[in-house]
Amino acid sequence: MLPLALRQVSYAVGGRTIIDRVSFEIDAGPRTIILGPNGAGKSVLMRLCHGLLRPSAGEIAWRGGNGARPGRQSMVFQRPIMLRRSALGNVVYGLRLAGFSARESELRARDVLEAVGLERQSEHPARTLSGGEQQRLALARAWAPGPEVLFLDEPTANLDPGSTRDIESIIGAIHATGTKIIMTTHNLGQARRLGDDVLFLSEGRLVERAPGETFFRQPATPEAAAFIRDEMP
Amino acid sequence: MNDLGLAFATAFALIAGIDSKLIEIVALSLKVSLTAVAISALIGLPLGALLAVARFRGRQALIVLLNALMGLPPVVVGLLVYLLLSRAGPLGSLGILFTPAAMIVAQSILITPIIAALSRQSIEDAWHEYEEQLRSLGAGRLRASLTLLWDTRFSLMTILLAGFGRAAAEVGAVMIVGGNIDGVTRVMTTAIALETSKGDLPLALGLGIVLVVLVVMLNAAASLIREAALRRYG
Repeated sequence: MLPLALRQVSYAVGGRTIIDRVSFEIDAGPRTIILGPNGAGKSVLMRLCHGLLRPSAGEIAWRGGNGARPGRQSMVFQRPIMLRRSALGNVVYGLRLAGFSARESELRARDVLEAVGLERQSEHPARTLSGGEQQRLALARAWAPGPEVLFLDEPTANLDPGSTRDIESIIGAIHATGTKIIMTTHNLGQARRLGDDVLFLSEGRLVERAPGETFFRQPATPEAAAFIRDEMP
Repeated sequence: MNDLGLAFATAFALIAGIDSKLIEIVALSLKVSLTAVAISALIGLPLGALLAVARFRGRQALIVLLNALMGLPPVVVGLLVYLLLSRAGPLGSLGILFTPAAMIVAQSILITPIIAALSRQSIEDAWHEYEEQLRSLGAGRLRASLTLLWDTRFSLMTILLAGFGRAAAEVGAVMIVGGNIDGVTRVMTTAIALETSKGDLPLALGLGIVLVVLVVMLNAAASLIREAALRRYG
């Protein structure tokens, strides 16, 4: 279903432009990081790509999608919403919606819970898990159906360093299975660790795009240079 | 001992002695009101979920109407059901006027709007929280409504109890369509009204105490279950 192509995409609500004529193409392979300060429009851009929001102008196209939204994509939100059922039940719920049989859903769910280190908590009510565990569960739920593209919206913004490391290593494992990772962050350290391909967003505009290495060493625009300088510890 | 004290003493004796007449009346009350709650839940909960999640023309008007119907006066509902079910009425051929069935119909009409309107509010709040996540997982609106009904089950239980409280406590509707016939359609509230006007205060008071205790106990049980469930499921 990749590449994903955006052509002159804008999004405005209540007369305020949040995304301003953004164009880019994202292909399979490297981890793509959408970087930018708070309020740059990263989350909105991700929701547009995922199909949760409709652009006010411009076009979002998946390969062979004929304008339709392909099913094999998942998203993990900054604050995970867990259903009032067990951890296992939450993963099974996503799998059933993706069309897996009850039996297969259960098997896959147990596998993926083990992969994120939650096999002991599989019968626990999801809402009683800690913040870090809930975010790992959210990753498990999003990953279980085997998406081709996984969107992550600031998945570690509310987590402590330990939980953040866990999440980053799970993201690495998901990437290693061939799933395309598209992730927003305002955390420069995280962007350096995970950013193979960086899109830098500022005030709703795509300011710069470069491979991670180039971007952090030699930002081409003053906005990106200022962001990197200000965010340096 | 004054009248009030005597009445209380006799009332407790009736309750303690498990007076058969009292039991009969309490049992009929429970049967009528619980059946009405069950019917109203079957109609009101899906309606509430639909109104919470679906977007269509006239939705807002329907919500305003439902909210207004929450305040329906029981006697007016009784009168309407009476007109429908009376011999000359459009549903007169059913022959259920002055039977418990008619009382169930009246109470269902009375509490369906309450259950629908309150559950709509509850489920819509949950929908705001869950919408993006459920849509991201690929849930359509129908599937989302079912998921929300299940996920808000503890709040919905409280709503059903509010409906039961309203049904069990109303007099006007069951009096008109039931007729307060001894042994057939006499329930707690109509018996209290009748015995009070006849001056048989002990039976009226005894029934009154049972009614209040019943409603309090049910609500206490519900809130205990709800708290335990919320601790368990978060």
